[in-house]
Amino acid sequence: MAIGVKILKRPEREVSYVRATLKGMALTFKHMFEKKVTMQYPEEKSTGSDHGMGQWTISPRWRGTHRMLTDEQGRSKCVACGLCPQICPANCIKLVPGEDERGDRYPLIYEIDEFRCVFCGYCQEVCPEEAIHVGVHYENAEYSRDRFVYDLERLSSQTHAVSTLWDPTDPKGE
Amino acid sequence: MTPETKGFLLLSVIKMLAVFTVILVGVALLTLMERKVSAWMQNRRGPNRVGPAGLLQPAADGLKNILKEETFPAMANRGLFLLAPAISFIPALLLFAVIPFGAPLPVDFDFTLGPLGRFIHHGFMPMVVADLPIGFLFVLAISSMGVYGIALAGWSSNSKYALLGGLRASAQMVSYEVAMGLSLIPVLLMSGSVSLSAIIRDQQMGLWYVLPLFLSFFIFLIAGFAETNRLPFDMPEAESELIAGYHTEYSAMKFSFFFIAEYSNVVTVCAMVTTLFFGGWDIPFTHWDEAGGVLQTVATAAFFFAKVMFWIFFVMWIRWTLPRFRYDQLMALGWKVLMPLALAYIMVVCVAIYLIRRVFGITDPIYEGLALFGLSLVVAFLVFGLLDSGIFIKGSARQRRTLNARARRAPVT
Repeated sequence: MAIGVKILKRPEREVSYVRATLKGMALTFKHMFEKKVTMQYPEEKSTGSDHGMGQWTISPRWRGTHRMLTDEQGRSKCVACGLCPQICPANCIKLVPGEDERGDRYPLIYEIDEFRCVFCGYCQEVCPEEAIHVGVHYENAEYSRDRFVYDLERLSSQTHAVSTLWDPTDPKGE
Repeated sequence: MTPETKGFLLLSVIKMLAVFTVILVGVALLTLMERKVSAWMQNRRGPNRVGPAGLLQPAADGLKNILKEETFPAMANRGLFLLAPAISFIPALLLFAVIPFGAPLPVDFDFTLGPLGRFIHHGFMPMVVADLPIGFLFVLAISSMGVYGIALAGWSSNSKYALLGGLRASAQMVSYEVAMGLSLIPVLLMSGSVSLSAIIRDQQMGLWYVLPLFLSFFIFLIAGFAETNRLPFDMPEAESELIAGYHTEYSAMKFSFFFIAEYSNVVTVCAMVTTLFFGGWDIPFTHWDEAGGVLQTVATAAFFFAKVMFWIFFVMWIRWTLPRFRYDQLMALGWKVLMPLALAYIMVVCVAIYLIRRVFGITDPIYEGLALFGLSLVVAFLVFGLLDSGIFIKGSARQRRTLNARARRAPVT
């Protein structure tokens, strides 16, 4: 006997067709008048109303397309340390560092190819300045393929929430 | 041609156009209804994007199917491949010609139309395209022609799935045709006529046949499901086994034709159930509707429509409730249960009618109906008691136990 196989003991008298059919029909008829669970997607978004199955919200751990955080002056927090292209398993981050007159490093070019990205979230984990983040965001449709290479300006102008990568109430993932 | 003949022809053409239009539009809307009902039964909303509440969905589907590419499988028999949808489509539409859908309408006209001459019609026009004296025999004959379309579609596609679907369809439809025909003989015994108008008239005088001939109704309904290849008997399609069965290789409008045929068959079976067992266009508990008149025609047609819609809903209800039969179970049900049951029921009804009419001398159709109703209660109780006990068709649990018992008894060598 394979492990986990549950053998149901069916009572002999319930091997019935007429009663089972009627029971099934009553069930399907009842369902016709129950609350519909369909979420009308483009109109109703993830944080929408109650659908009879509890409120559906996107997880704060969701790892979607990236966002670069900026400081008070609107410059990106990135110091072009090169850790994120180093750790990226998909090799999708292109970083060319530059140096300003005060000797601070900043990214001359910072591009993420979202098609190559595997959304592992390592870039966010490794970032010492908490600059690059994966976002809680899933609507990414575009009309052309090259729009999926996000440059620094685009990454900085994103406004969606950023991922927490782990559940704050359950930090060990238990 | 006499002016009377011309008047008759004119009315017939008008009736044909009206009936075909209603059927074709109705069938299109039934596809929407099917999707809506299935959605509601699964707590979904169903199509609601095209038009108000999704009402234009059938139009969108139709347009899509017309614009789609026609594909032909390599080595398919072109001629038969093209012919098959038409062969299954035409009988399905023909069937509705004999079904009366309302009380006779008084039509009086007498006019001259240019070179066509004079048209005259006086008196009542029966609300049926062709009030054939052979009645439901016509329906049985033409409905069995639909199997040619399916079998040819399966054969000409040059595909194993389509061929299996076609073979299954022909075997299934031939088997259930027998039970269907036999289940209608008690109706013939009761009414003494195969004409559908006569059957409706007889039901207006007495009881609706569903009460005195309950078992006939039950067998006819099951056979009707099998004839139209609807779940739980949709063996010819059987998506999970045969991809799409006989119409696997069809695309675009040719594919749609099979669907139109299926749905118009459903409409016809539901109309037949209504006509034969639920009084047709009869409004119960009143004789007002039999007098004839414009108001009566409209009211009875609406009543007929409501009854047919109920049965169409019932067909969909069954479809989204029951799983598909296994093929051997289907054949066993047809040949081992329904056919003997129908035969035995013919005997029972024969004897009962002889006793009631000749021995006891009851001639009032209502008392006769009530007596038979009492009988059908007893018979239904016996039949459903037996069916329900799982003696004829065994459930998997019970069958396994018997096999195990047999294995235990057999000496190990």
